[in-house]
Amino acid sequence: MESLEQIRDRLLARFPAAKVELVVNPGTAAEHALLLDAAHARDIALFLRDDPALRLDYCSNVTGVDWPEREIVDTVKKSVPDPAGGPAKVVEEKSKRIQPGCLEAVYHLYSMALKHGPVILRLRTGNRTDQVTLPSLTPVWRAADFQEREIFDLYGIVFSGHPDLRRILMWDEFKDHPMRKDYVAPDDFEWEPTPHGEVHERAKAHYPPAVQPPDGPSVASAKEGPAP
Amino acid sequence: MSLFPNMAVGPTVRAVHDEFHGDLLEVSMGPQHPSTHGVFRMVVTLDGEQIVKLKPVFGYLHRNHEKIAESTSYLGSMPYTDRLDYLCSMSTNWAYALAVEKLSGQAVPDRAQYLRIVMAELTRLVNHSCLVGFLFNDLGTSFTPLLYAFREREKILDLFESLSGSRMMCNYQRFGGCRVDPSPEWLAAAQALVDNFPRFLDEYETMLTGNEIMLARTQGVGRLDPAHAVNAGLTGPVLRACGVDYDLRKVDGYGFYPRFDFRVPLGAHGDTYDRYMMRILEMRESVKILQQAFRDLPAGPVMDPKAKLRGFRPKAGEAYGRLEGPKGELGFYLISDGSPNPWRYRVRPPSLINLTLLEEMCLGHTVADAVVILGSIDIVLGEVDR
Amino acid sequence: MLGSGILKGLGVTAKNFVGSYHDPARMVTEEYPDTPARLPEAYRNFPFLVTENATDPMGTLRCVACQICEKECPPQCIYIEKSKDKKPDATGKPQLYPAVFAIDTAVCMSCQICVEVCPFDAIKMDHVFAVAATNRFEGLLLNREQLAKPNSYFQQIRPAEAGEVDTRLAAERSAAEEKARAAAAAKAAAPKPAAPAATPAPKPAEGGATP
Repeated sequence: MESLEQIRDRLLARFPAAKVELVVNPGTAAEHALLLDAAHARDIALFLRDDPALRLDYCSNVTGVDWPEREIVDTVKKSVPDPAGGPAKVVEEKSKRIQPGCLEAVYHLYSMALKHGPVILRLRTGNRTDQVTLPSLTPVWRAADFQEREIFDLYGIVFSGHPDLRRILMWDEFKDHPMRKDYVAPDDFEWEPTPHGEVHERAKAHYPPAVQPPDGPSVASAKEGPAP
Repeated sequence: MSLFPNMAVGPTVRAVHDEFHGDLLEVSMGPQHPSTHGVFRMVVTLDGEQIVKLKPVFGYLHRNHEKIAESTSYLGSMPYTDRLDYLCSMSTNWAYALAVEKLSGQAVPDRAQYLRIVMAELTRLVNHSCLVGFLFNDLGTSFTPLLYAFREREKILDLFESLSGSRMMCNYQRFGGCRVDPSPEWLAAAQALVDNFPRFLDEYETMLTGNEIMLARTQGVGRLDPAHAVNAGLTGPVLRACGVDYDLRKVDGYGFYPRFDFRVPLGAHGDTYDRYMMRILEMRESVKILQQAFRDLPAGPVMDPKAKLRGFRPKAGEAYGRLEGPKGELGFYLISDGSPNPWRYRVRPPSLINLTLLEEMCLGHTVADAVVILGSIDIVLGEVDR
Repeated sequence: MLGSGILKGLGVTAKNFVGSYHDPARMVTEEYPDTPARLPEAYRNFPFLVTENATDPMGTLRCVACQICEKECPPQCIYIEKSKDKKPDATGKPQLYPAVFAIDTAVCMSCQICVEVCPFDAIKMDHVFAVAATNRFEGLLLNREQLAKPNSYFQQIRPAEAGEVDTRLAAERSAAEEKARAAAAAKAAAPKPAAPAATPAPKPAEGGATP
């Protein structure tokens, strides 16, 4: 199989308007990825599937990753000339910047016909709140059908062009996306006296003190909602 | 562009309104239904007895395994992987260990590699013999084949129990090897079992393979086209029944599989009967692999001395490790940020993805056939819903 | 001939049916409550705490409350509180002991990771599988008194592993005694005699764990 750089160069030659970047994996596995822009993702995917040298006909794994925004501290060393004429001092300047968060969809592609792979594609959303739409690759690989639904369910990426985008694992009325890093689990589920008792303590806040029996809140009180 | 032009508009089979055809009927099969192999639900739209639409509904066994794993240490996720595919915990353990070893570059000693193959192939015997039993239950034979399969499975589970301490939740593989070294007596018992297994298979086949009712109920039912199967990401025996030669034991050659001499059985029609035969033939190949493994099993340690149990922190990076589980390609995708917990932990569940084409396979058939088709796909809800 | 496959299959079932009365390979059913289940040595169920001495279980717990198992337990079912004072452990070294040690067996999933990470051989997996409680919550929450079982019991259920642990601990214990004696001798030989070494001798273990 061609190297990932060669694939990228061929893609850029074929789709001049597209943006294709190489994402380096620093780990031991060294499985690098191609970051595609959302506008051309489906055309590129089709090309990868049908190109006779690649024939990536099998989309093995589709998954989402949540990257919340992170504060990154950059340290820059500067040499400041001494006004008194002495040797220049080296001063470290620290600047903080916020790396914006995003949601990422990762596709692992293999070729069953030519038995090679993987080629990893990544698609990133603009942010984690309102620009969460990505093109669906289900029309290209049907294997992404349930897995994209799962990403929509657990991460909240909206796949445009998906034929049947509904929640798959959580129930339809469920709000929020539980695999996101900032997801907070509800603490009013059934009381279980774990030795730690933390859950119990948090659950207490949801129920009025009058209905706080030693063996857990009753079902009726659970419906009354949080205590004022 | 797409191989599935009707995917968005839905099925084309329509109910005809005349004096013989009534309205469409929507039936909810499951989640509490003995033929759905667990808490799985199919919303089936029927025209008479013919299926015109089928939507699988998941999530009744969902416990967000991936989220749990992201808040646990790498080692702590190992017992949870037992609970994914609870019929095949040994190979699920291995898949996770494989991904973590790929992530951290951990070496595995030779004896452990052989033991892993022994466990994975024994698991395949367990899974396939039970699956055939369940398939016949779905066909209406009511338990005789299943009980014969359970009799053999029980012997293998006894072996697992005396080695790992638990029959189904083995928790046996570790990053860099296996947890315990089997004694010579254990190996002798396992070898005796494997040597006797073909006799069971012969008996099983005499009982089942030529059965005319089974032939009538399975041949030509639930046909699958190889191009569609590949596009939909089906793997394992379901894919190979369509004639696509794709077995990760050969393609990836993970573990020590390249050292073994075995063949990959392939089907021709992609129907339920071929899927049944795939299981029988794969069991025969597994017996061959096991006999070679017992013959060549080297002495030595079963754990790499550099392997770490506690405080395991792979350096930042990601890895996708996959292996040929009894149900298909079982993959684990891990992203490490250098902390003791994985940043992202993803299971690629073969049972879930093999269900992608369930609707296409069932359209035009009857409800009774849908049950058989579902049985031949081989799902375990612990893995489908995670 | 149509139907010959079915007849062949019926032949197999008939063979199995008849065989289930006389052929040991086909007589597989175990009448469980009447004949007790045979458990292999490696069988694991819920954890228990090993004590050296059956008569004084709380005084001779091997556990030193290091809380490693609490941290590593995947479903977080162990709860430990350290003691304020120290007691001599199996090798005679003064160690902390668990003032509270609770395992919620309703949560425990019998994975054996606590046993694997324990550096003191203090927690082992039990063979008792018929566990019942009248209360789903408190009844299954076991405290250290309920968890403690003597070493003799451990030897009974897992002879091979217990034997290996005992020889190792005995070696450590005699090495520690040797060191203490050498230290005492060195002190006695020193020009300015100090108070005699106050290391308490380890209690002789009763539960068959005599070195």
